[in-house]
Amino acid sequence: MLLIAPAATLPAAATGVESRLDSMQYLNEVVVERRSTSRDAVIPAQSLGGKKLESLSALSVADAIRYFSGAQIKDYGGVGGIKSIDIRSMGTNHVGVFYDGLQLGNAQNGQIDLGKFSLDNIEEISMYNGQKSNIFQPAKDFGAAGTIYLRTRRPRFAEGRRTHVKLTMRTGSFGLANPSLLVEQKLSESVTANVSAEYTYATGRYRFRYRKVFSADGTLAWDTTATRHNGDIHSLRVEAGLFGRLDGGNWNLKAYYYDSDKGIPGAIVNNVWKNSQRQWDRNFFVQGHMQKLVGERYRFQANVKYAHDYMRYLNPDTTLMYIDNRFWQKELYVATAHNYAIIPDVWDANLSADYQWNSLNATLRDFAHPTRHTAWAALATAAQLGRLKLQASLLGTFVSDRAQAVAATGESRRRNASRHEWTPAAFVSYSAVASEHNVLNLRAFAKRSFRMPTFNDLYYTDLGNASLRPEKVNQYDLGLQYIFASGNNGALFHGLNLSADGYYNHVTDKIIAVPKGNGQYRWMMMNLGQVRIWGADITAQANFRLPGEVYVDAQLTYTYQLARDFSDPTDVADEAGTYKGQIAYIPRHSGSAVLHGAWRSVDLNYSFIYVGERYDNSSNIRANYVQPWYTHDLSAGYSLRLGTVKLKAQVEVNNLLNQQYEVIRNYPMPGRNYKLTLSMEM
Amino acid sequence: MNDWRILHIVLLLVALAACRHDDEIFIPERVEVSKPEYSAVAGFYLLNEGNMGSNKCTLDRYDYSTGIYTRNIYGSANPSVPKELGDVGNDLAIYGSRLYAVVNCSNKIEVMDAASCVRIGQIDIPNCRYIRFHEGFAYVTSYAGPVVIDPEYEQLGFVAKIDTLSLREVARCTVGFQPDGLEIVDDKIYVANSGGYRVPNYERRLSVIDLPSMTVVEEVDIDINLQHVQCDRYGGLWISSRGDYVESSSKLFCYDVRKRRIVAEVDVPVSNMVLQGDSLYIVSNAWSNVTMSDEPSYSIVDVVQKRVVCDNFITDGTDAAIRKPYGIAVNPITKDILVTDARNYVNPGYLYCYGSDGVLRWSVRTGDIPAHITFF
Repeated sequence: MLLIAPAATLPAAATGVESRLDSMQYLNEVVVERRSTSRDAVIPAQSLGGKKLESLSALSVADAIRYFSGAQIKDYGGVGGIKSIDIRSMGTNHVGVFYDGLQLGNAQNGQIDLGKFSLDNIEEISMYNGQKSNIFQPAKDFGAAGTIYLRTRRPRFAEGRRTHVKLTMRTGSFGLANPSLLVEQKLSESVTANVSAEYTYATGRYRFRYRKVFSADGTLAWDTTATRHNGDIHSLRVEAGLFGRLDGGNWNLKAYYYDSDKGIPGAIVNNVWKNSQRQWDRNFFVQGHMQKLVGERYRFQANVKYAHDYMRYLNPDTTLMYIDNRFWQKELYVATAHNYAIIPDVWDANLSADYQWNSLNATLRDFAHPTRHTAWAALATAAQLGRLKLQASLLGTFVSDRAQAVAATGESRRRNASRHEWTPAAFVSYSAVASEHNVLNLRAFAKRSFRMPTFNDLYYTDLGNASLRPEKVNQYDLGLQYIFASGNNGALFHGLNLSADGYYNHVTDKIIAVPKGNGQYRWMMMNLGQVRIWGADITAQANFRLPGEVYVDAQLTYTYQLARDFSDPTDVADEAGTYKGQIAYIPRHSGSAVLHGAWRSVDLNYSFIYVGERYDNSSNIRANYVQPWYTHDLSAGYSLRLGTVKLKAQVEVNNLLNQQYEVIRNYPMPGRNYKLTLSMEM
Repeated sequence: MNDWRILHIVLLLVALAACRHDDEIFIPERVEVSKPEYSAVAGFYLLNEGNMGSNKCTLDRYDYSTGIYTRNIYGSANPSVPKELGDVGNDLAIYGSRLYAVVNCSNKIEVMDAASCVRIGQIDIPNCRYIRFHEGFAYVTSYAGPVVIDPEYEQLGFVAKIDTLSLREVARCTVGFQPDGLEIVDDKIYVANSGGYRVPNYERRLSVIDLPSMTVVEEVDIDINLQHVQCDRYGGLWISSRGDYVESSSKLFCYDVRKRRIVAEVDVPVSNMVLQGDSLYIVSNAWSNVTMSDEPSYSIVDVVQKRVVCDNFITDGTDAAIRKPYGIAVNPITKDILVTDARNYVNPGYLYCYGSDGVLRWSVRTGDIPAHITFF
């Protein structure tokens, strides 16, 4: 049974009450979708969790993020295809992705492939613009321009039980076989443990179709159907965690391992319908977190993480350049945060300090073997002055790189470089109208952030440019949120949550590849780009209770983005000029709609995604035009309780109208596809 | 009521704007760029390479008799060909009544009717690079090695001999690593090997193939990373080296095919070159690690004097507008010089036409990475 908790849909910021969400978000073991995950956030996140997330017919985290306003996914298609996220057109490298509280790193190229993270074990996904405006966090959390928090399931037990086991099997199109197992065990009253394992196999094969018509009369010119090859994947994910309570705090320890072997399906171009490149990934990390309240006013947290990543890329096609490259990355991270309530419930201050060490090794010739030491220090303060909530932070980032420069003579010498940046942010919200059932929040933020050049940008043999500066972003956001909660269990119209934000982002010193010298497609990374983005994010959510125990919730999002390339003021010769052109793959208009209904043990979900027309280049001409796409997905779930055993089945039909579309040019996406999920819990 | 009607119209417009439509065959874009001219040269084709993976290799055409430049003509001339011309064009030539486009990443040579650009067929050659013709046969260089599973194997390239009537490969000769330009002189094929996949162990050899037997008879050490090769009327084979982009710079060599030795070395960087009469027109973008930018150059080498006789054949200062000179051609009758600008490789390029006096006559936007020009 799905219950909507009105208090939970009201974020703490709206009510001005420090609500204990942990005790409120689960009613009859059902997570209620809500806007706020942190009791202190000045601007709440967009979140997806619980039943709604389960019903969305999403296989990976990336599929779910498409329902957030302001997010765009670059999707190369298929089960194993790369899926990266771009928030508010600032670029993938400005997005921080946090897994159970700590950031996932990739010092090599700065990008996180969200297609690698299955939803199997994910309980909630939250997206914040700017930063999570909760000051009690590691310094690194203040760094990114936009952040995604993935929260895995914490052990939960039915009354009187010490063990919880969940078995899931997914199968369907693309030759998918995806079993998973979750075991949760109560070790003592204050310590619980879990182990989660998942195996994914898919052939990745699907039919795709390209066709063209004559523009004059619309008659068919050519029509061809083929099968997507080399999109197969084998992957294994194993996670284990320990969770404990302390007096006035808690701790957890987590280990994560992911191993995959997959084909890279590649671009479909004339005369090439199949590719043979492959990629292997092994990601391992352990992380620990502890937080505790000491006395009345002081609380602290400590975090530590060690990660080891391996990647191998193979091009076995000897008609092309044979490539077999291996990369090893290591990361060590420690972070502490100290929060002091200057005036309890009114004024808080926080000091965070983090340190991280990264290294990259590769089988590339003349490789620079870079290592990086980064230290962060953040000072932040938050105040609640009646209806006004204020927050300000200042982050200092100190980066020191060491690398080897290999001269043509074979001589190598050390190269050191240090950089530091100061980035401030300020958040404010005001509850304009606050009554029992209606809340109107006005909010605004301004933030400066940057992204460091990655190891590839700086040191990749030939392409890298060791003199790169960080790429900077200034963000300004103004928005409002209206929340209505009927508070009446008998009401038909139960709750409404509307939010709208307008923003302006200015990206400068953008790191772009520019051609270099004579010869074939040689590139060099340079700080030459500049993008100005004007956008609007709108989200509406409504809950209804229909007669006969029917619960309906609906969500609509709309995103407008005018993301213009200001890099080259001289490129204005004609309509093909890139100056002020919409940047690559960012639609002006995009949006989504989700309609979810529940009746007793039955769940039905309809979801729709729309991405408007785009260009694959800032030169917005017809030759670079990419069609809009939109998909309709349906899912139906039924759950059954047999004693202490809970069974659930879910059937999904995705891309119901079998639209043949591309997110990235020459990477065809799957047409209509099916998925069946069976799970058993006890 | 009126308000409702407006609302309906707005909704309808939104729905129309929002929807997909069928992908249409591209209608070529015609641009009038110059006044009509009449000479024995009726026009030219220009092959745009298109960036790798974009499938944006396109063909443009210019007609002197109308002064009209037409962009992207292949699709409408061949509306039944899936995925059009292909991915990354690398060479273009007319032989007899046929137009040949070497499309590198589509692993094929597209054969078209030279007048209409209607497709006649294709020759599948993996990783094909440059094409030359001799007595009814086409000779194509390719980087592709034989398919073997051995990580230690190093891929020697080959030259394929193709019967232009049957469009079949009839012979193949293994040459050096990653062969690029080739030239046919006196029953011999001279092949410039680059070794581009073996950085930093570039190739240095010019392979000499005996045409009747299709076997390598000689290998001549020239310089690292060779690219273009063209023969003047005195038997001087002009060979360009790309250098290693770091220590040794791009250069030009003259190998005398009769004396069988290098007779001149000219210190001029070469990105692309074309021989017209006794003048070798050269464009280049030497990368400077000092300014961290390209330094374009437009020079002429006299093949008799074997030295640079002109430092900049663009005389009116309009070269300032050219971002990245990439391709070059010279009209054999009017001696007009055509220079293409590849800009940043991902945006549309431009074509500049200079008179023989080096003054800009006209310019026009092209496809992505305009590169190879052949007159008809």
